[in-house]
Amino acid sequence: MAVTVRVPGPLRRLTAGAPEVQIEGATVAEALRNLDGRFPGFADRLYEPDGQLKQFVNVYRNDEDVRFASGLETALEDGDDLSIVPAVAGGR
Amino acid sequence: MSHLPPRVRALRCRACGTEVPVGPVHVCEQCFGPLEVAYDYAVVARTATRAAIEAGPMSMWRYHMLLPYEDPAPPVTLGEGMTPLVHAPRLGEVLGLRHLYIKNDSLNPTNSFKDRVVSVATSWARARGFQVLGCASTGNLANAVAAYAARAGLRGLVVIPDDLEPNKVAPTAVFAPELVRVHGTYDEVNRLCSELADSQPWGFCNINLRPFYSEGSKTLTFETVEQLGWRLPDEIIIPVASGSQFVKHHKAIEELVDLGLVPDGPRPRLTGAQALGCSPVARAFASGSDHIVPVREPRTIAKSLAIGNPSDGADVVRLARASGGVVVAVEEEQILEGMELLARAEGIFTETAGGVTVAVLKQLAEAGRWTGDETVVAYITGHGLKTVDSLSGRTELAEPIPPSLRAFRRAYPELVNPDASPWRASTG
Repeated sequence: MAVTVRVPGPLRRLTAGAPEVQIEGATVAEALRNLDGRFPGFADRLYEPDGQLKQFVNVYRNDEDVRFASGLETALEDGDDLSIVPAVAGGR
Repeated sequence: MSHLPPRVRALRCRACGTEVPVGPVHVCEQCFGPLEVAYDYAVVARTATRAAIEAGPMSMWRYHMLLPYEDPAPPVTLGEGMTPLVHAPRLGEVLGLRHLYIKNDSLNPTNSFKDRVVSVATSWARARGFQVLGCASTGNLANAVAAYAARAGLRGLVVIPDDLEPNKVAPTAVFAPELVRVHGTYDEVNRLCSELADSQPWGFCNINLRPFYSEGSKTLTFETVEQLGWRLPDEIIIPVASGSQFVKHHKAIEELVDLGLVPDGPRPRLTGAQALGCSPVARAFASGSDHIVPVREPRTIAKSLAIGNPSDGADVVRLARASGGVVVAVEEEQILEGMELLARAEGIFTETAGGVTVAVLKQLAEAGRWTGDETVVAYITGHGLKTVDSLSGRTELAEPIPPSLRAFRRAYPELVNPDASPWRASTG
């Protein structure tokens, strides 16, 4: 499965400025593992030491927050977009 | 004040403490935590005195020394802040609180507390050369951003879900911002704006301008303490959406103590108010953890509080607990009753979010939380005209009568009955 990972501004230093990168992976966890393999540093930024996503990290498969699907085990399909988006505060 | 060194030292991550230079960024590169303004308090302390504040303008800008705007040009202001803090004796009697106060922040230029935060964000953005001032919003924030963009001569960009009713859009459209309608929910619109802020040179108030924007919330608490005679209240009831302002009220209290503007002593209990239809923070509080489980589809009339994924929620839970406060949620009917109670007891018409605050106050009072001697302040952050639709059908209108005394007497015998004392009392 090749998916497009959209990289947020604060993490583009890790991808030499690229806002999007193509990554292989059958699940969200696998794609993020492969992302860290190609651009070391992502895992540190995204995960707590216990392997959970950090409090302020949101990951979307296409338009869905993966926490509303199967979390890190959410399955990916070819051509999916995987967006990493920092939590947004400040009300409506 | 140009002889003073800058008081804004850096932006600092609230979660991990990493510092970065001041700029339009809001997320820590290390941990994604929220960046906050870090001041050089030695510089702040040279100007932040009671005398200097009291001599300042009758707006929140009397606290400029505790805000992150240092440009020589005047800030972008519509006179926001210094809203009334009113003693609420009749509501207090109902609730058994002799020293209950309402901070009526609905009396701001666009009728919500958002004017405070947007005034700071707009001032900072204009001084930094931004041409576009944006936000994702469905209500109060949209109103404020559209108005302050007009005031500053900037292009306003307000991104909204497409299913908003026209009468919700009109109070924003009148300022003629670029109104972008998106097929999607509020949370999806917010996410789009987050990605736009990453790719366009635009200032989004609640995204890349957030460190500056959110500091404006502190002034609500500064003013409350000043209006109480430089005294900390015993408890503050605060509506919770993202949790941003709750966290800033805590910061404001610590700054007041650290700067010697109030004596060191017991801090107010900070209590949060949510609607049950979107209560991720209250649920985390009740569960004993600080892990926020997001709400996918908020369902409440308190739309200005309906953030399913509140980024400062965990900090709200921690600060509420540490201060001795609680985070409580109330039913829809309680919200409407809260609006009516405040209106009928004190003559203050608040939006649904204010109904949430009053309902939480009432629920806690009935549960015996207070002895009656505590000083309790409720933050009322938006005007009732914002959500007037929520009250439709609440009051049945009487049939009209002909304009004659005879018809009046026939239609309203109880009002002219000599035994109905309130209507017969003479004013002399």
